[in-house]
Amino acid sequence: MDFYYGLAQTVGIHTLLGLSAYIVLLTGQVTMAQAAFFAIGAYAAGMLTVLAGWPIVPALGAGALLGAATAGAVGFPALRVKGLMLVVATLAFGEGVRLFFFNFDYQVAKGEIRVGPLGGEGFRQIRYFQENGWSTGEVMLFVWVFVILAMAVLWWFDRSRYGAVLRAVGEDELAAQSVGVNLTAVKVSAMAVGGAVAGVGGGLYAHYTTHIEHANFNVLLATFAIAYPIVGGLKNVFGTLVAVIFVQAILIEGLRFLGDWRNLLFGALIVAAMNLRPQGFLGGRRA
Amino acid sequence: MLELKGLSRHFGGVKAVDGLDLSVREGEIVGLIGPNGSGKSTTVNVIAGLFPATSGEIRFQGEDLRSLATHKRLQLGIARTFQNIRLFGQLSVWQNLWVAQNAPVDHARRGFFARWLGGQSGVRAEIAGLLEFSGLAHKQDELAANLAFGEQRRLELARALAAKPKLLLLDEPAAGMNSEEVGQLRGRILKLRAQGITILLIEHVMELVMGVTDRIAVLNFGQKIAEGTPAEIQADPLVRKAYLGGA
Repeated sequence: MDFYYGLAQTVGIHTLLGLSAYIVLLTGQVTMAQAAFFAIGAYAAGMLTVLAGWPIVPALGAGALLGAATAGAVGFPALRVKGLMLVVATLAFGEGVRLFFFNFDYQVAKGEIRVGPLGGEGFRQIRYFQENGWSTGEVMLFVWVFVILAMAVLWWFDRSRYGAVLRAVGEDELAAQSVGVNLTAVKVSAMAVGGAVAGVGGGLYAHYTTHIEHANFNVLLATFAIAYPIVGGLKNVFGTLVAVIFVQAILIEGLRFLGDWRNLLFGALIVAAMNLRPQGFLGGRRA
Repeated sequence: MLELKGLSRHFGGVKAVDGLDLSVREGEIVGLIGPNGSGKSTTVNVIAGLFPATSGEIRFQGEDLRSLATHKRLQLGIARTFQNIRLFGQLSVWQNLWVAQNAPVDHARRGFFARWLGGQSGVRAEIAGLLEFSGLAHKQDELAANLAFGEQRRLELARALAAKPKLLLLDEPAAGMNSEEVGQLRGRILKLRAQGITILLIEHVMELVMGVTDRIAVLNFGQKIAEGTPAEIQADPLVRKAYLGGA
């Protein structure tokens, strides 16, 4: 049973990561910085529970706020560039954040051991759930409360005028400006919402793995973040969830019995999925 | 209402608009005509703020527009349509009009939260009125990209009106329309004038320009070569030579 709980946690956390990119992709921006906001949420929430002794929920909230603030701050200058230039700019930012954590030492003594981030060694012993006697099942449910919350909020945004404006900006920035949309405000707000969602995901990730390090938050993770909503389709938030299940449960876990062949098939199946459903699993046919 | 003084816009060495003086008074319909490439669309784009003027002044109701972003100019009351239709094709007709609900009076009437995250109920009557005006009520749930050409033109006009503009910049609204559609467009333009909206109309379809405008300015190579009533313009030898054709 623990295997399935673990898988459900992974699916939940990757769904949060994918959703953080989903809202930014709606505005037509491709961001490679989501892994960085995820890392910031992970380190911030972990440090707050381990070093400051905060309870988990406010720690996750603080991680979300920090993720949102960083994303907003990155959004202002970065969203002035478009397309490939934005990919390069956000990629550089993501690597910058990873290298920051590679060099980030902040340890304090706690009883006989020293805890906190230790550069390349990473940040070990984020044991909030274990110390408070949470079972694996409880942790899994806790993760999914946030996944469902994030999906509900983004679903609501999508149905509101805000969502229509995001999509309008994604289709034609010039026309959106001309009907009175403040492009900077809309794009930065989408980045900030995405940063908050990634921050929560990171915080949950740190606590369920209990050990994080810079290498967890590399370009591969940033690529996964945008791949989920793209593979799943931008029609609605469920596309991202379906894509995460497809990748994490079917391709990665389901094909484990294939051994080394799995990696080959992994790529082939993604390519096949994109060819069969070019607008994503749940994407409608474009007019 | 709108004052252009010595307005110029250069692209590299090309003087797309070159020292243009033009004023549009409140309640007027002013035509801007001229051969292709004479700077008409560039003039609209500079007024709307899509790119800055190289030199010269633009004032709207006395306010200097030069440092204002496009969306701020819309809030002052300047809306536009595009020569090459630019709708949000993957949004429905209704959503296209929803996105465009950015009039300052609506900002004041509905709070921030209701405006952005509220449902559709608060704006339903407003949008229904726009759909009615443009004859698109039966297509409200259709994706904009699926509309016929004439319907797309009508939706663009409705979308510009969603912002409750004082000045409407129409960039070749009749391009590609048949004469029946031009007739309907003419009716709509006159209705808008009756509602007190000032219009700057860029158009090649003379049937429309001569029929609805109070005054016409003629551009050639970025410069104004004539200005006057439709009758004066039609009689002007310089205009006939440069643009209207005929002896």
